[in-house]
Formats: sequence, structure tokens, C-alpha cells
Amino acid sequence: MNTDLIVAIVVSAIAYGTPLVLAGLGELLTERSGVLNLGVEGMMLMGAVTGFFVSQQLGGPGWAVLIVAMIVAAGAGGLMALIHAFLSITVRVNQIVSGLALTIFAGAVGLSSYVGQVWGIGGQHGLHQLNRVDLLGLGELPVVGPILFDQDPFVYLSWGLVVLVAWYLYRTRFGLYLRAVGESPRSADAMGINVTRYRYVHTVVGGALAGLGGAYFTLAIAPIWTDGLTAGAGWIAIALVIFAFWRPDVLLIGAYLFGALSSLGFTLQAHGVQMPSEFFSSLPYLMTVVVLAGASTTLARRRIGTPASLGVPYAREEG
Amino acid sequence: MISIERSLDTPRWQRVALPFVSLILAAIISGLVLAASGHDPIATYRQIYAASFTSPGALTSTFVYATPLLFTGLCVAVAFRMRVWNIGGEGQLYMGAIGASGAGLLLGGLPQPLLIPVMIVAGVLAGALWAMIPGLLRAYLQTNEILVSLMLNYVAGLVMYFLIYDSQSFWRDLTSPTALVFPTGKTLSASATWPGVVIGSFTLPTGFLVGVGVAVLLFVLVRGTRFGFEMRVMGDSTSAATYAGMRTRRIILAVMALSGGIAGLGGASQIGDFGHVLDPRGLQQAQYGYTGIVVAALALYNPLAVIVVSILIGALTNAGFALQGPSFPAGLVGTMEGIILFSVLGGEMLGRYRIRIGSPLRVAPADAEADPGR
Repeated sequence: MNTDLIVAIVVSAIAYGTPLVLAGLGELLTERSGVLNLGVEGMMLMGAVTGFFVSQQLGGPGWAVLIVAMIVAAGAGGLMALIHAFLSITVRVNQIVSGLALTIFAGAVGLSSYVGQVWGIGGQHGLHQLNRVDLLGLGELPVVGPILFDQDPFVYLSWGLVVLVAWYLYRTRFGLYLRAVGESPRSADAMGINVTRYRYVHTVVGGALAGLGGAYFTLAIAPIWTDGLTAGAGWIAIALVIFAFWRPDVLLIGAYLFGALSSLGFTLQAHGVQMPSEFFSSLPYLMTVVVLAGASTTLARRRIGTPASLGVPYAREEG
Repeated sequence: MISIERSLDTPRWQRVALPFVSLILAAIISGLVLAASGHDPIATYRQIYAASFTSPGALTSTFVYATPLLFTGLCVAVAFRMRVWNIGGEGQLYMGAIGASGAGLLLGGLPQPLLIPVMIVAGVLAGALWAMIPGLLRAYLQTNEILVSLMLNYVAGLVMYFLIYDSQSFWRDLTSPTALVFPTGKTLSASATWPGVVIGSFTLPTGFLVGVGVAVLLFVLVRGTRFGFEMRVMGDSTSAATYAGMRTRRIILAVMALSGGIAGLGGASQIGDFGHVLDPRGLQQAQYGYTGIVVAALALYNPLAVIVVSILIGALTNAGFALQGPSFPAGLVGTMEGIILFSVLGGEMLGRYRIRIGSPLRVAPADAEADPGR
């Protein structure tokens, strides 16, 4: 394989992996607080549709429009997560079913499709798209140039967020408290940490990141809105969190591996490899199954990283 | 400050009233969504009611949607009740459709009374086998069955597309001139058509009757047999089941096979009752598997209640397809189903708990329960 092909694969891996990084980081934060949110797919779609709508409606310089669109997308994701937070933290319903409800509510044939149709943005071509930014003028460098220094702002943002989340989790007091809440809410509560507040905040922030991840589809990958365009990326993001053992650095690598897999079909077909397209399309899903099975064997042996209270509602007065 | 306390006993009337209260609550919230997007809620509800029950042929088509939802609802109900989170009903239904149409095409010469059971068995087997993948992984490796079963939905969809659009498979029609331009599946013979029960202008699909039978059997299985007892114990507490010496692996596998088999039967009914041809697009757009989650939750995972709820949600789905257009956007039904699901979830817990607005309870909870004046 020549260098160009490898660079092409890595660049498209980053493009397809970035929504997974963003949504995965969000879910990671949520799960670290002990809340399992299976509504990622729905939150991503809401982010995608609202971000695209704003980018179509707003006037002004392109960069400003896109920034507002990203903020709105994050807000939409956070708002969706708030429903889940209320049901799973305050009302203490089964988190699995509540997350599924969120995906049905906001998902491909739910609210995201509904508002898309009400706003009439289906099939429109996007007016704004995030362009690549040549960082420090180093984009021309061979190999590392296009990979590291010639990405769109979302990608730089996602790298910054990975560092930020890792620092937050392992180097700050709040991160320590967050991990305590996820491991043992009762002890955290006894320490004087407000478990409910921690869970609410991290569930909503997780939703906002999922919304951003969804917006990456409509603002960067291809500026167009169609129902259900995330095609299961939200679910893969949830799987990635398990696969990454709840660690942000591993998550980044995992997301790019899946990104590479998602784009492998296009890349190989462009280079004349003949295979049914369904085979390539099913690779990310099959890979998720294989990776989950692999991760669960090690997980079962030494439960690395799984927040001990994941999915368990906390109530002070109940044993 | 809002706090929620456990109330120890849930009166029976509350469990019965819950789905109705949830539906009313959901109707109010959906009405707000409709009003916010510039639609008249009352007029929309009238339209839905007419399109699903009163206009000519409406009831028949409501049952067209109720039938698959009965199967996928049972698929979810039996699994979720046992805390086996099979959300692969969608893919298991596709596999059932592939299996049943394959059997129907292969043995098309058989007489109808023989061919229908053969198709049913093929559909059940295909669905159950597909569900064995997440089942085995969960039973032996503790792999998260939610994600595995969901991923396999996408794979099953792609398998269908491959069979009809991207290969020279046995399922694909390769002879008729139109099929060469627009790929379609082979149409099954007349003896593979499930007859249905015609009552005046209304047709009750055979599949619905089969589904009612399955629901009754499930009810008896769960309530009246040793195996059902073991499943219930495991559903309440896996560790209790293990300490009692129950073979939890076997129970997980059995629940998965049962759940997947029922969804596969739904796929067989799609072929025999309605489509008579393997239609990947139609099956995928319908999203029966995911809607089954709504059906099962609203039925509180009771197989007999699933029968009634499947008709209700079938009516809503039918209205969604019948009314689809500018005044009734496609996503509306999914949105309403999501709201129904939220309401049931919230309502179920509120039935079990009490909301308390004000300062948290100071006395010990046990005393509070004993106080009749509260």
C-alpha cells in the first residue's frame, strides 16, 4: 500500500470517527456518574437536525452561523438528556427502558424526523459547511500535515475535549467526586457530595456532546438532512465506551478504528476492490459485536473501569 | 425540593388504571407538541380516530399493523420481564421473514394446510437462531445483549438488501422484465397465502389469531409452569436464582430463543398474511421491532395485555401511514409513541412511589407507612 492510500484512510477515519469521539465522550461522562443513557442515537439526531436548521436559517458570516448552530445542537442534545435525567434520577425508572424511550421519541422516525419535516429542511442543500483549517500553515507537510494540521474545527475541538475530560476525570477534585458518585453513591453522599446534582449535570453535558456529535454529520461530513442519517452511530458510541473501559484516551483510538471501518468500503471500492456494498456497510456493526464480546471476556475477569453503580438509581433512604 | 418516597403497597386498581392514565397524559403532551408546531390537536386526534377505526376499511388496515406489533410486543414483553434486554426484535423479524419466504418459495407446491405451518416453523427457527447470537454471548461471556441485539438489527437489514438488491439469490425475482430493472423478491404461490378470517368487510389476519394463541400460551407458561417460575425468579433477582440452584444460562438462552422465535413468527406473518414477497424496504420502514418496545411497556409486560395494546398502537401506526402528508408529518407517530413510553414509565414509578413536595421526610420511612392518616 502506498502512503497516499494510508493517509486517505486515516483522514477519513478521523472524519467518520469524530462524531463517535464526541458522543462517546458524552456517554462516558454520563456513565461515570452512574447513569446509563441509551438515548444517544436520538440525542445525536436532534443535534443534527437542529444544527442544520439553524445553519440554514441564520444570516451573517459563515463561521458565526456555524458556531451558533453548534451551540444550538448541543442545547438540543442536552434538553433531550434532561428528560432521561428526570426520569432516571428523580423518578428512578428503569434506565434501560427510559433510554430506549428517548431513542424512540427523538429518533429516526420520531421528533427529529417530525421537526425536520415541519421546518421543511429535508433535501435542502446546506448553505454552510465547516471547512478545514490549515493549522500553523503546516497542512502541506507530508503525511502528518493532512492528518494532524489540516482538519476542521470540530476535530480540533474533539481532541481538546478528550484532553479536557481526561484531565477533569483524573486530575481535578470534581473528577474524583464524579468517579466516587459512579462507584458508590452512598459513600459519596456520606462525604457530602450531592449525588443528584452530579448525575444531572453529567447526564445533560453528555447529551450536549451527543448533540454536537450529531451536528458533525450535518455541518461537516455532508451538509444535508435526511431522517435517521446517523445510522446507528449513537449505538456504536455506547459500545465504544465499554470497549474503551470508560477511559477517554482509549475511546479516541477506538472511535478512529470504527471510523476507518465505516469508511473502508468507500476507500477500497474507489481502489477497485469488488465486494457487495452490504458487506462493507455491515462491518462496523459486526465489529461492534466482536469487540464487545472480546471486551466482555476481559471485563468479566477483572472488571476494569465499569462504574459499579452504573444503571442503578440512588435513593438515600432505601437499602 | 421534590422528593419521591416508596409506598409499600400498590393497589391493584392503580396497576390497571396506569396504562389509561398514561395514554391520557401522553395525549395531552402530544397535543402540546402538535400545537407548538402549528397543528390543531383535536382535529388531528379526530383524523387519527377516523383513519384507524371508522372510515371504510380502516379497521382492517389497523389489524395489518396490529398483527406484527402483537408479535414484536410479545417478543419484548417476554424478554424484558425476565430482564433479558432483547431489542433485536426488528432483526429477528427480518430473519423470520427471510426464513418463511424461503420455505414458502422452496415448498410452494405443498397444499396450504401443510405449507402454512412449515412457513411458521421456518420463521420461528430463523428468528430464534438470530437471537441466539446475543443470547449465547450474554449467557457465556456476559456480553451486553442490548448492544449486540441492536447491532444485529442493522446486519439483518443489510442481509435482506443483499438478498434482493445485490445478488442473484433464491429470494430474488430474476425472470420478469420489470424485476430486472427494479429488483424485487419472488412472489410466493397462492397456497402460501394465509387466508385470514373474513367477517363482512373486515378481515382478521391469520397471524393475529396465531399471535393471540401465542400470548395465551406465554401467559400460561409464565404463570403456571416450573420453567415460568424459574424465569420469574430470575427476572426479579439473578443472584436469587443462582443461589436457588437454577441454571441461569439455560434460562437466558431459553428466553432469548422464545423472544426471537416470536419475532420471527411475526416475520413469517408479514410474508404469509400481507406481503407474499420479501420486501426489505417495506419491512425496514415499518420499524415494528422498535415499536414493540412501546407495546410491551404499555402492556406492563403482560402477554394478555399485549393483545389489546397491539391493536391500540396498531391503530396509531395505521393512522400515521394513512394520513402521512404535510399536515401529518411522518415523525409524528414515533414522537407520540415516545411520549406514551415516557408517560408509562413515569406513571409506573409514581404508582409505586409518592411525590412529596417540601422538606424531606424526617421520621423513619417505616413509621410513615404505618401512619394511616398520611
